Amino acid sequence: MVWNRKDLLGLEELSKEEIEFILSTAESFKEVSTREIKKVPALRGKTVVNLFYEPSTRTRVSFEVAAKRLSADVINIATETSSVKKGETLIDTGTNIQALNADIIVMRHNYSGAAAMLARSLKISVINAGDGWHEHPTQALLDIFTLKEKLGAINGLKVGIVGDIAHSRVARSNIWGLTKLGAKVTVCAPKLLIPAGIEQMDVRVSHNIDEVIKEADAINVLRMQFERDEGAAFPAQLEYYKQFGVTEERLSKGKKDIIVMHPGPINRGIEMSSGVADGANSVILEQVTNGIAVRMAVLFLAAQARDKDEKNTD
Amino acid sequence: MKEKAVILDKENISRVLTRIAHEILEKNKGIQGLCLVGIRSRGVHLAKRLAECIKGIERADIPVGILDITLYRDDLTLIASQPVVHKTEIEFEIDEKNLVLVDDVLYTGRTIRAALDALIDFGRPKTIQLAVLVDRGHRELPIRADYVGKNIPTSKTETIEVRLAEADGRDEVVVMEKT
Repeated sequence: MVWNRKDLLGLEELSKEEIEFILSTAESFKEVSTREIKKVPALRGKTVVNLFYEPSTRTRVSFEVAAKRLSADVINIATETSSVKKGETLIDTGTNIQALNADIIVMRHNYSGAAAMLARSLKISVINAGDGWHEHPTQALLDIFTLKEKLGAINGLKVGIVGDIAHSRVARSNIWGLTKLGAKVTVCAPKLLIPAGIEQMDVRVSHNIDEVIKEADAINVLRMQFERDEGAAFPAQLEYYKQFGVTEERLSKGKKDIIVMHPGPINRGIEMSSGVADGANSVILEQVTNGIAVRMAVLFLAAQARDKDEKNTD
Repeated sequence: MKEKAVILDKENISRVLTRIAHEILEKNKGIQGLCLVGIRSRGVHLAKRLAECIKGIERADIPVGILDITLYRDDLTLIASQPVVHKTEIEFEIDEKNLVLVDDVLYTGRTIRAALDALIDFGRPKTIQLAVLVDRGHRELPIRADYVGKNIPTSKTETIEVRLAEADGRDEVVVMEKT
């Protein structure tokens, strides 16, 4: 397989083979982080710019660590302290970063489609680190990578995605990725948090967490995003926990080795109990570790594709 | 490309590896602190075979590691077909060891340069030695092998194909020529 994409915008546009190629490349990168010297020279001399229009610590740090372990130089731009505050447009910011001879922009933006728009306007690579409610491809890739590592294969797995499906780019990217690889996905949430027409994405809808846990090989519990949309869409937090919170008692009725994932940061006592978050079924911290390998793979593939691209047009 | 000549056949390869195994043991005075690291992909098969030969002589196992040098290449952007990154598996300490790097063909020396950089990121071996099945000349860097199966003078338009049973179904070394 040859990787020709300079950008990674979402899993919707990727083929099954492309997703599998990223995952197998990530497998090779995982070992690098276990070395005493956790660094390889593959992206030496490349510049990666983290451009974050939304607060994020874990995704940004994960990308930063990944880029540094590949020997790239990393620049972080938090838009609260940049000229975006002075009214600069996204495209202008992008072309300015390109003019610095940077090689890759990793962008988080609160508008769906922002990464795609930027990618179209620039020659350098754009990696989508989350755009609005649309996609968060590297999060889904690391979730799938972790599942594959734990359970061997994705094809035929039953995966439950629990939580605010309507406002979750993590859910959307996971659904695209998992269904392409042959998993059976059930989304589980209160009615108000399930978007209309979600069945067209080839998923089942359930409003009963116990029923989902009983069947599932793995559940991915999403963060309830109270900071995103305060107000009427959400039932009271305690009420949510009572109806949908993943507790030890609920989990005990599922498969013994059911995998519990969470993209973090966890609201303990809202999405799941502390006992579950820290329990034997939880792979939450392994997800964090795997996130580095997946992002190293994505950065490496994007940089190589662009190098090739430049050579061809020279 | 078409086949010009078979340089080594199955028996030749086996004899050459036995000889190199003896030479490695002679130079390192036994297996104390000795380990092998094969460069993906065919170097790995050769390293495993050398370890078998050494086991046959010394009745003891020596550690064998696998090195993928893709991330250390200096020509990542020059090669048309994209190299696929594979795992490096060196599951032993290399500090203070006598380490023999194993590859199939020694040509420009750039692969070995990359392998040396990679190894040094893993620790500080006492020595790093180089064993190759074929040395075809045309070095671009000041690198030489300590153990050579066969020196084969080639022109730059020729290539050497090492075929090994583990990967290719049979053992032979062939000179290929541009048609």
